[in-house]
Amino acid sequence: MKKLFLPLLFAVAAIATAFAPAAAGYKVGDTARDFNLKNIDGKMVSLESIEGAKGYIVIFTCNHCPYAKAYEDRIIDLHKKYAPLGYPVVAINPNDKDRQPADSYENMQKRAKEKDFPFAYLYDDTQEIAQTYGATRTPHVYLLDSDRVVKYIGAIDDNSEEPTEVKEKYLENAIDALRSGKEVGVKETKAIGCTIKWKQS
Amino acid sequence: MRKITFFLAFFACCSLSAQDIPFIKSEQINYWKNADNDTLYVLNFWATWCAPCVEELPSFEKLNREYVDRKVKVVLISTDFKRNVETRVKPFVKERGLQSEVVFMNESNPNNYINLVDTSWTGAIPATLIYSKRKGVSLFFEKKLDYESLETAVKTALETGN
Repeated sequence: MKKLFLPLLFAVAAIATAFAPAAAGYKVGDTARDFNLKNIDGKMVSLESIEGAKGYIVIFTCNHCPYAKAYEDRIIDLHKKYAPLGYPVVAINPNDKDRQPADSYENMQKRAKEKDFPFAYLYDDTQEIAQTYGATRTPHVYLLDSDRVVKYIGAIDDNSEEPTEVKEKYLENAIDALRSGKEVGVKETKAIGCTIKWKQS
Repeated sequence: MRKITFFLAFFACCSLSAQDIPFIKSEQINYWKNADNDTLYVLNFWATWCAPCVEELPSFEKLNREYVDRKVKVVLISTDFKRNVETRVKPFVKERGLQSEVVFMNESNPNNYINLVDTSWTGAIPATLIYSKRKGVSLFFEKKLDYESLETAVKTALETGN
């Protein structure tokens, strides 16, 4: 009860002052931390370990979430298009396997094999990276430049259900701007996603 | 009269293509948020495939039953894929015998309505907005709610502005 009341009172106070509490995690312009997480092939992967990268497409995603699944093929295509240009996809599954067994490391390996993922698919076992980045849902994208400065946060595009009806390729537009040294136009978007299954302590 | 206008406006905006699951557009969020009436809106964003959403549905159903005479309006807003409305959402609503109003958010780009609901919403579901313009109440939760939390929030909202 005590636990409940404080945020509630805070929320009520927030309305009165029209003040929205700042969300935790990175904002565009922040420098993101590197990490060292286990890939589906058993090897550890850090951003620094990726040779020749001019930037990184970090995507928090998972196996089970229908919104994430809807983007699997598009994420594969993104990597195939942009990795040769120096912008590889680095996919990270942050979900707690006890709360969502479909998102276990073994099931990540299975899914990666089925779909022949060409990109690194890492397991954020402690959830520290998702927490630090401020990821809340899957899929949730962070586009970083070579210095790991956050250039774009949000959705891959404007239509999760129908790839053929996409009008705005938010992420690709951001990558293209970054590649040509231009300011990213739309720096932040939002999409519906599955809430990250945080460990219950 | 106001009630009738609202009723008409609601149905004017929404096609009833899914029989008893009206399709709404993002403008409906503004409509609820701007409604100058005594109703407290409890807007819950969910999907049939979202486990925590499904787990909390009974709490919203209970709220709907127990606060029906307190001008509390529960709306369960499905964010399922459109192609699943007929095949999954409708059967789900029928199987569970959901009594609260269920509508489908017919927007292919959630970026168009997420900030209308609440600017702090990052897009994860379940998410719930408890809102009344007249009371000046806006309580937003981007997490699963149990009945106790939900009822406490609703009680707080009902006591606000009176």
